[in-house]
Amino acid sequence: MTGLNFVGAGLIVIGAGLGIGRIGGQAMDAIARQPEASGKIQTAMLIAAALIEGIGFAALFAA
Amino acid sequence: MHNVMSLKTICLLFVFVTSLSFSQESMHLEEIAPEVEGKQDVKTEIKEYINHHLLDSYDFSLTSYTTDSGEHKYIGFPLPVILWDNGLKVFSSSKFHHGESVAEVDGNHYALHHNKIYKTDAAGTITLDEHHHATNKKPLDFSITKNVFTIFLVGLLMFFMFSGMAKKYKKGNMPKGIGRFLEPIILYIRDDIALPNIGKKHYKRYMPYLLTVFFFVWIINLLGLTPLGVNVTNNIAVTLALALITYVLTTFTANKNYWGHIFWMPGVPVPMKIILAPIELLGTIIKPFSLMIRLYANITAGHIVLMSIIGLMFIFKNWLGSSLSFGLAFALSLLELLVAALQAYIFTMLSALYFGSAVEEHHDDH
Repeated sequence: MTGLNFVGAGLIVIGAGLGIGRIGGQAMDAIARQPEASGKIQTAMLIAAALIEGIGFAALFAA
Repeated sequence: MHNVMSLKTICLLFVFVTSLSFSQESMHLEEIAPEVEGKQDVKTEIKEYINHHLLDSYDFSLTSYTTDSGEHKYIGFPLPVILWDNGLKVFSSSKFHHGESVAEVDGNHYALHHNKIYKTDAAGTITLDEHHHATNKKPLDFSITKNVFTIFLVGLLMFFMFSGMAKKYKKGNMPKGIGRFLEPIILYIRDDIALPNIGKKHYKRYMPYLLTVFFFVWIINLLGLTPLGVNVTNNIAVTLALALITYVLTTFTANKNYWGHIFWMPGVPVPMKIILAPIELLGTIIKPFSLMIRLYANITAGHIVLMSIIGLMFIFKNWLGSSLSFGLAFALSLLELLVAALQAYIFTMLSALYFGSAVEEHHDDH
């Protein structure tokens, strides 16, 4: 089956999108609760998003 | 209010007119191109163009066009080709005539095949095996290619920019010229990236590397968005080298505590320690590997998407689709400006994080 790897790539993108979306949403919640900690939250959010994105890209290249 | 409205109208008009002229240009291009293949021809041409853009090249060509007599004209300049093939061979890449002819140096013949230099006979024959790989001999290639040239250029630019800035500080504490723009960024890297992640005691050792890698990646990403057509960070060899420096620095500056956490994790039972050791050891390699892939993949994906959307203008050939893709390309370019800075920031940030874990002092609280 040659088309299956594209299905896999699609699944990866869905997963990575959900993950990064959740990180972003939760960070928004956290900033709303504690606006004074927004700098630290942003940094942590970017790192976590970058890590997920890295895995997403690695899997995409394998597909 | 009225002023704002008229400004908006002018902006809209501008976008509209430029997109119209773009679509007209695409129609014009279509007229020149042979009408036999039609849309399919434009599509393959765009695909070839994008593939060509993603590869490194032996000359710095800015643009090319075809004259009415079917002759290809290139605007740009050649770069030196340096080969090691039973002795050093140095010649100008203009000898290849953009891959169209065979270069002859001291009785040896070289030809370009899929953007790689192969040794051939005088006629330039390339023999292929069953997988369509060339079986010709490949000489060792140390050429100053487009990417290498750009890296030299950015290195020189950064050297003059920062040494000039450092000299200004000898006269007083106020930054002058470009320093006014750069000082807040440098302070941000020190206070928000290096200090919290590495710690007060050791951060100074890593500051030169962090600053260099941040500005290098940032400037080179920004250059990739200019019409110069350079794209250095979507060459995986470049990001590999950058990630390798981070890896080497982490490995060779790491203290006893860091290796202890890898080979004999404190605070967990002995069977767990044995299981964790190979995983942690693998982790030290995966970290720089993900640095490499992240930068490479982000920039490559950005360039492909941007160029595909620009290419859509020439496929749609009507004012609605073409102006839509023009607007999309404009918005995406703005996003790419953000990505250029963000990827430089992430690379620096994660490097600092890895350095921080390498020099972390022993704590008794776990």
